Amino acid sequence: MSFGGLKALDGIDLYVERGEIVALIGPNGAGKTTFFNCISGIYAPTEGDIFIMKPQAGTAKRINGLKPNQVTSKGLARTFQNIRLFQNMTVLENVMMGRHVRTNAGIAGAIFRNRKTRDEEKQIVERSYGIIKKIGLAYYVNECAKNLPYGAQRRLEIARAIATEPFLLLLDEPAAGMNPQETKELDMLIQRIRDEENISILLIEHDMKLVMSISERIYVVDYGKKIAEGTPEEIKINPEVIKAYLGEDAY
Amino acid sequence: MRKFAEIRKSLYVALWFIFLTFPIMVIRINPLEKTVEWRWMNMALVGIGTFFLSFLWRYLISKKEEGSKRAEEKQNEKISKLRRLIENRKIIAGSVVAGALLAAVFPFVVSLYQTNIMTTALIYVMLGLGLNIVVGLAGLLDLGYVAFYAVGAYAYALLNYHFGLNFWMVLPVGAALGALFGILLGFPVLRLRGDYLAIVTLGFGEIIRLILENWNEFSFGPSGISNISRPPLFGIELSVQNATVYMYYIMIFLCLVTIFIVKRLQDSRIGRAWVALREDEVACQAMGIDRTKTKLTAFALGATWAGMGGVVFAAKTTFVNPASFTIWESIIILCIVVLGGMGSVIGVITGAFIIILLPEYLRVFSEFRMLMFGIILVVMMVFRPGGIISGVRRTYKFEGKNF
Ligand SMILES: Nc1ncnc2c1ncn2[C@@H]1O[C@H](COP(=O)(O)OP(=O)(O)O)[C@@H](O)[C@H]1O
Ligand SMILES: [Mg+2]
Repeated sequence: MSFGGLKALDGIDLYVERGEIVALIGPNGAGKTTFFNCISGIYAPTEGDIFIMKPQAGTAKRINGLKPNQVTSKGLARTFQNIRLFQNMTVLENVMMGRHVRTNAGIAGAIFRNRKTRDEEKQIVERSYGIIKKIGLAYYVNECAKNLPYGAQRRLEIARAIATEPFLLLLDEPAAGMNPQETKELDMLIQRIRDEENISILLIEHDMKLVMSISERIYVVDYGKKIAEGTPEEIKINPEVIKAYLGEDAY
Repeated sequence: MRKFAEIRKSLYVALWFIFLTFPIMVIRINPLEKTVEWRWMNMALVGIGTFFLSFLWRYLISKKEEGSKRAEEKQNEKISKLRRLIENRKIIAGSVVAGALLAAVFPFVVSLYQTNIMTTALIYVMLGLGLNIVVGLAGLLDLGYVAFYAVGAYAYALLNYHFGLNFWMVLPVGAALGALFGILLGFPVLRLRGDYLAIVTLGFGEIIRLILENWNEFSFGPSGISNISRPPLFGIELSVQNATVYMYYIMIFLCLVTIFIVKRLQDSRIGRAWVALREDEVACQAMGIDRTKTKLTAFALGATWAGMGGVVFAAKTTFVNPASFTIWESIIILCIVVLGGMGSVIGVITGAFIIILLPEYLRVFSEFRMLMFGIILVVMMVFRPGGIISGVRRTYKFEGKNF
């Protein structure tokens, strides 16, 4: 991916297996968010390919160049580094928006409110509430998103993404701005999502404690290039990584 | 101490106004007799008037600030009280019955002239509710809304003139043409937002008007089309008086249909997508919402009501010309939506009645119509920024028990 002359991503190849938790780390400006934007269709990559293989389908499908909403309907969901909730909608409504892509009532359904539409609406509310409860936001269910504490807003973004029924969840710095207690809860939450919902996870994160404890494999990027990949143990002792990223206060 | 400062500030304002208005309010030169008349009385009036108005303004602002501080603490309580009042079934049922009765007997208790005015107001209710979909729900600032109104009106005028089609046949055609033009305008402006969107839509509105004004063979130019037939009642032509009353009932019916549909759209999957699109486009797409489709439906559905409103307008006045579809119409409809409260159906209805009926009944001020709108809007922006009736969007609440 290049922006004019700037090569923001240069030959990064990365894969996530079904049921894996994979981390993508690197210094600020390394190109991590850009990578997510390419996958999720916000940018069309100038070079390279993105493939997904759904468990049922068996064959890989190329998805680059699709619009973000098409990518979501294919089963990839994401959160944003700078929280992008629907601020003036309630927690419940935010999650209900996630159900949009899996439902299909149209204008006629809205006007006539036939049986099918009514059932669908009921199902949207119930499924959304179920997710909210699972993520631990039931207390805030009727609260406006903008009135939520920071940590809860981050979790709401995750809840909203799960509502789209993804098989891969992309989390962009989910622990940013969280206190240690919240980070610990997030750690457990992510594992639960993977185990209970059977969703693979690719996360960008700066909190090394979280990354090392949660991920099965780690990719390290710097200046748009992949400089290392491996298990947390391998990454910890990789001299390239220590030099580029972890710096003096290394492990 | 604070009071004193306020008085001093108001005094400055008064002095400044006296200075500004001095040449026009005080000096009068009579060129024939070559005399200069000094009207000191006017100066005193301007001074005293501005002083009190300015003081009143400051007083209200400070009240409001105190109020908002207190309100923050009490807000929840207050809202729930208000909610209970609004949601009280007896009160709702009572006011609905009273409103229905009033609406039903209205043409028989007032003059024909007033019935006519009320029909106009109802047309604007419909237009306001339509624009409310585009501006209030989807957050797309559309300043060319009157173009769709013109499309509907000319659709009826031309189809009636050339083919003799009657009102009831053209009503759905007008709606469909409105929707079609909504989509036509929607496509090029999909990527635009805010001020850019406003400017392009404004241009679109003017283009339609200029075409109607200049394409003589098609639209008969500035002289317009007259002798459009009124709606028939089961095939019977009505007298002017009866047709006026009939028109009123047609509008009542159409408004009820509009309110019903708009309310249902608002509380639907599509309605939520519109609101979400207004809140955050990027997040919306990440939720799998097709931005193009959602915006186009908003434009199309909004324009549908304008198209229908246009047909009714042409049938009511039996005459259309391009002068009825200037940018001012768009602005008046926008005022209705903004004044009433964006996204609120009751708000838009209130707004339409205020904006259309007030100038009719306050004929004395008719020359200052635009000035009055300006003042009303400024006062509203300061004291009720969300519109007269704001924050009544039905939010989905969860009242579930056993999960
Ligand atoms: N839309 C864009 N246009 C131009 N440059 C961009 C754009 N988006 C990101 N970049 C650049 O790409 C690089 C990577 O940014 P980013 O992916 O946000 O880094 P990270 O998320 O790893 O901190 C930065 O140098 C940034 O300035
Ligand atoms: Mg980033």
